[in-house]
Amino acid sequence: MRIMINTVVLSIILILLHRAFATRRASTTMRNQMRHPSLLTVIFSVLGAAIVLFLVAPIVKMMLAGSYEGLGEALASSEVRSSIALTMICALLATGTGMVLGVPLAYLLARRTFFGKRIVEAVVDVPVVIPHPVVGIALLLIFGRQFFGGQFFDRLGITVVGGIAGIVLAMLFVSVPLLINAARDGFQRIDPRLESVARTLGYGPLRAFVGVSLPLSWRALLSGAIMMWARAISEFGSIVIITYNPKVASVLIYDRFTSYGLTYALPVAVVLVLICLFAFALLRGVNVRSDQVKVI
Amino acid sequence: MIRLVDVCFSVGAFELRSFNLEIERGEYFAILGPTGAGKTRLLEIIAGLQRPSSGEVWIADENVTALPPDRRRVGFMYQDYLLFPHLTVRKNIMFGLHDKTKKERLRRVDEISHLLGLDNLLDRHVTGLSGGEQQRVALARALAPQPRVLLLDEPLSALDPQNRRAVRRELTDLHQKLGTTTIHVTHDFEEALVVADRLAVVNKGEIVQIGLAEDVVRKPQSAFVADFFGVENIFKGEIVLCDQSESPGAEVYNAIFKSGALRLSVIAEGEGPAYAAIRPEDVIVSRELGHSSAMNNLRGKIVEIETTGPLVRLTADVGVRLVALLTRQSLVSLKLDKDVDAYFSVKASAIHIF
Repeated sequence: MRIMINTVVLSIILILLHRAFATRRASTTMRNQMRHPSLLTVIFSVLGAAIVLFLVAPIVKMMLAGSYEGLGEALASSEVRSSIALTMICALLATGTGMVLGVPLAYLLARRTFFGKRIVEAVVDVPVVIPHPVVGIALLLIFGRQFFGGQFFDRLGITVVGGIAGIVLAMLFVSVPLLINAARDGFQRIDPRLESVARTLGYGPLRAFVGVSLPLSWRALLSGAIMMWARAISEFGSIVIITYNPKVASVLIYDRFTSYGLTYALPVAVVLVLICLFAFALLRGVNVRSDQVKVI
Repeated sequence: MIRLVDVCFSVGAFELRSFNLEIERGEYFAILGPTGAGKTRLLEIIAGLQRPSSGEVWIADENVTALPPDRRRVGFMYQDYLLFPHLTVRKNIMFGLHDKTKKERLRRVDEISHLLGLDNLLDRHVTGLSGGEQQRVALARALAPQPRVLLLDEPLSALDPQNRRAVRRELTDLHQKLGTTTIHVTHDFEEALVVADRLAVVNKGEIVQIGLAEDVVRKPQSAFVADFFGVENIFKGEIVLCDQSESPGAEVYNAIFKSGALRLSVIAEGEGPAYAAIRPEDVIVSRELGHSSAMNNLRGKIVEIETTGPLVRLTADVGVRLVALLTRQSLVSLKLDKDVDAYFSVKASAIHIF
């Protein structure tokens, strides 16, 4: 267990180091400035260090505070394990749905001009500014049993409220903007004339997309998918309103915290953080190889 | 082979109004015009990548106006080549052969890569190629599916001057071998003259002049065309290299340019058909023959004198028409007038061969 925690702490340090080394390509003038820091550099560094510490300290402290017995117990508990499995699978389903429905939209936003495009772009960003419990309530108004969406899924034999479908829908709502924006940026970075060349070589629009744009933007798409997946895993506010049971990891943590207190919530929290950090490391792995994709 | 009939098109500030153009089968046609004249748009309209608001596009007696680019069988090469960066050279060339059998595809890649000297590059990734190599790969990719028409958008502009000359020749050689109807867009009149059978000078979406390459240069029908070429004395002829006779104080030259009765001592790189251009301000006019022995001294009669501001534009018949610019003062002090005989001297180094 200690090894595990050490690994996490180490990985955080590695991430910080990676960032630090990113500045090694700094120009000579920048290096000179580092040797003789100006007042601005000093003040801004102190302020910056404060916020970095604020971000890092709680997570590190949490990792170190969790007792190994607690963590072992948490991992052994079938409730925790099935909750984490549920979270991962729902996040995967949401991401898959997002890919199928979001990537085509991203492509249209990147390549075509159409009436109301600005409005569509704004709509895509809306979930970011709505408080997540509000998202949950709004979704209830469509997918509740007495409403259209709920009845539609009922007829298919799918329970939304109180079911897995509800979790997936809530995750999709809050996290799909990340995927759409990443994919749109990815498509925008590809010269549209590459598709034109493919068209003159006998490719129809769809084949040109599959043969040229898709393989050239896979990194952006993968990066967007990982971001979406990670965001879906960490969702709580909207899920807790639509589907309390079965409990996803974040709901389980909240449930344990309110019912039994910090000691019981902590080990599950640590497990969730580990998963999130794993996704984060994956994302960096995808992005570092080329600077094509920026992390939002 | 290619016919544009009353094509209208506008985007932003660029506009084509009722544009007409006809290009013969197997012809190497150049479209010449300043940057921003809409030359690329014109090619895109022929390729079907842009749709005209009205008018018709015909390729090989087929009205293709409504056809999408993938069904027009037109090869297109952009000036920055736009190779597919995720594919090898081989896969790039094969890209347009997707509807052929595997055997046919391999045969065609062999054939075209051999023709363009790409055999050794086939398994390379396109990102590591030099500009010239990229250009040849782009050409191979466009030619592989045997297009009915090859459209080249500023194909030489991304190359350095040394390569440009060599590739220019390759393009014409290739055209001779394959006979593919080719449209070559450029803003460089030298390039257009050397490669094209016929050319059209285009400005602001209109054809200003169209015809055989040398006719357009020799007889500009508008101030724009004349200005665009900049040089009024252009002769089509042939270069023959020669040993320079050693004479002290003489000017350096290494070749003779022949055009009809005209013989000029020039500095040239190789033998063969070429153009010689002389700027009017480089022509020195005198009544008596000067002393510099290696200069080109042509004797002829002045046929026209035209005053433009402080300068005088003087046209003489020295076997061919030659235009010279001189100051009004020189005109008076040399006592030059119409029908007067004079000597017209040009330094070998002032003659531009291309």
